[in-house]
Amino acid sequence: MKDNIMLDLRNIHKSFFIGTPNEFEVLHGLNFTVKEGEFVSIVGQSGSGKSTLMNIIGALDRPTAGEYNLDGVDIEKAKDNELSALRNKKIGFVFQTYNLIARTSALKNVELPMMYAGMGRSERAERARELLAEVDMTDRMMHKPDELSGGQKQRVAIARAMANDPAIILADEPTGALDSSTGRMIMDIFHKLHEEHGKTIVLITHSPELSMETERIITLKDGTIIGESTGNWQGLKAKEGE
Amino acid sequence: MLFSENILVALAGLKANKMRSLLTMLGIIIGIASVITIKTIGNTMTQFINEKMQSMGANNIQVGIMQKEGKKDLFYGRESDTYVRPMTDDDLISPDMLKSFREKFKDEVTYVVLSEYVTDGNYQKSEIVQGDRTAKVSVVGYNEDSFKFNKTKILGGRAFLKRDYDEAKRVCLLSDRAVERLYDGNMDEAIGKPIEVTVDGTYYTYYVVGVYEYVEQSLSLTGSNSPNPVTDLQIPYSTARNENHNQNKGYSYFNVVTAVGVDNNSFSKEMRDYFNVNFYSRNDAYDVIVLTASSMMEEFNSIIGMVETGLTVIAAISLLVGGIGVMNIMLVSITERTKEIGTRKALGATNFSIRLQFITEAVVICIIGGIIGIFLGVGLGTVIMKFVNQTAVISPDSILLAVGFSMVIGTFFGYYPANKAAKLNPIDALRYE
Repeated sequence: MKDNIMLDLRNIHKSFFIGTPNEFEVLHGLNFTVKEGEFVSIVGQSGSGKSTLMNIIGALDRPTAGEYNLDGVDIEKAKDNELSALRNKKIGFVFQTYNLIARTSALKNVELPMMYAGMGRSERAERARELLAEVDMTDRMMHKPDELSGGQKQRVAIARAMANDPAIILADEPTGALDSSTGRMIMDIFHKLHEEHGKTIVLITHSPELSMETERIITLKDGTIIGESTGNWQGLKAKEGE
Repeated sequence: MLFSENILVALAGLKANKMRSLLTMLGIIIGIASVITIKTIGNTMTQFINEKMQSMGANNIQVGIMQKEGKKDLFYGRESDTYVRPMTDDDLISPDMLKSFREKFKDEVTYVVLSEYVTDGNYQKSEIVQGDRTAKVSVVGYNEDSFKFNKTKILGGRAFLKRDYDEAKRVCLLSDRAVERLYDGNMDEAIGKPIEVTVDGTYYTYYVVGVYEYVEQSLSLTGSNSPNPVTDLQIPYSTARNENHNQNKGYSYFNVVTAVGVDNNSFSKEMRDYFNVNFYSRNDAYDVIVLTASSMMEEFNSIIGMVETGLTVIAAISLLVGGIGVMNIMLVSITERTKEIGTRKALGATNFSIRLQFITEAVVICIIGGIIGIFLGVGLGTVIMKFVNQTAVISPDSILLAVGFSMVIGTFFGYYPANKAAKLNPIDALRYE
């Protein structure tokens, strides 16, 4: 199953129209694939187009030109409601700023994607509990986001991303707002999801250091892929162990 | 499922911003409360008046003089849009006319009730002063028929005699309430003695011949709570006419009590035509009109209905303002929660579910406001009616209407903000800080 292609992007262009006729192309024909179970990072400085790419991968936006196939579905042809369903079932978002819904408990936050998927109340509550246990948040699952620390919030967000067992987890600078030890803990969770659960993970980051932890690194510059390399997670882990 | 979830989310949102929610609801609360209060008062008044009108007796017809040629009036059946000339003594119903009327309709008419207040026209206070004690009274002359019709009960002394009426004797009947105040209830001290009463500053003296039992005025909304009611100092009708220097004049109005079995609606018209054909056909300005209890009831109900509708429309304006307040706060709330909307969309919320969420929120605000308003309105209506000793009549339809209306307001004023939220671009919404 390792060869099953999860993401297939072909000749992706994305332009913005800052008032006609000022067309501004951000992505200039990107080609890459991500296989099932891969842990890939997309690295680039700010302005490299990685946020735009993330929006396209996350089905939040459509490419101006090119083909994007996500787990067998052609994104560029999908209607708004189909995109919603796609985001709901196939993508698990983890944001830099957590984006938990204020005023509702961690548990309810994790339930949210399942609610939009139409899952029954008791079923989704049970699954949300399991997912929170997975990220070690059982004790604090009835707490509201403003009662949680940054690391705890991000753990809830990861549990939420896992809710509908998505095809990929799309993490946008997940450690960007955290101190290094908390960031380490979050990265460990991603490794655990990858290694133990075989999850496909796409990590978007500006940090080459962080990208070294992934299996494959796609480097983006000025809207073009300038290089692909392999990460060295095993090596780093071994070094740490010494 | 999604719906109940939305209600919970909405409630949590309201709880988080208690002050703001309350202020937002205030418009709805005030609007609904006013509508319910007005409806409650209107219903109570209508019921009260209808009951009283019925108890006044359906066999009572009022006869009066009114200017001819006018538009229909709500109250007296006619309204003069052009003023012809003032009423003179020649326009009144003369004693001769009345006499021939009674002869003509002796089978149909049981009583012709005549009464007249002793006054110089100002209706200022009249009172009996007896040493350091006073009793407020109205000095009223009643004819023999009124005495019978009112079924006045004599508690002590005697009623008026025929010659009291015929000779316009200066005799009077005191109410038991007045005797209570003036003589501590000792009737013997009152009866057979002269009593002095001031009416608009003029002193009159009458001999007390008897004491009658005071009966509540049937059309008094305030009921019996006054410890010192103004009671009638009854004198013969002829005496009152003398006091007012009206002894040779006709009557501007009187009441006719018909016999059992007479159809008042057709008889009142027959009566009116009798007067107008025989006595008023040559009068250039005035003629006779009649008013029955049922026609009065209809007029009262339509007046109350109109006042009620007018006030309700005004109250509805505050509902409209309240609705705009809800819309305003929803727009604020959506701007504040742009990022939440973006997140929800990223997690798979469709435009429909976002729209539903915010409409639900607006409806929840309006319904809670509406329910508070209903309680407030019912309470206010009950308290106001308590002041006038009435049991408030609360109509369930006005409550249902209020709830329904607040739902409609919520949906209507919630739709635009909710739609705005639903149409947000998820990327822009997520990026919003």
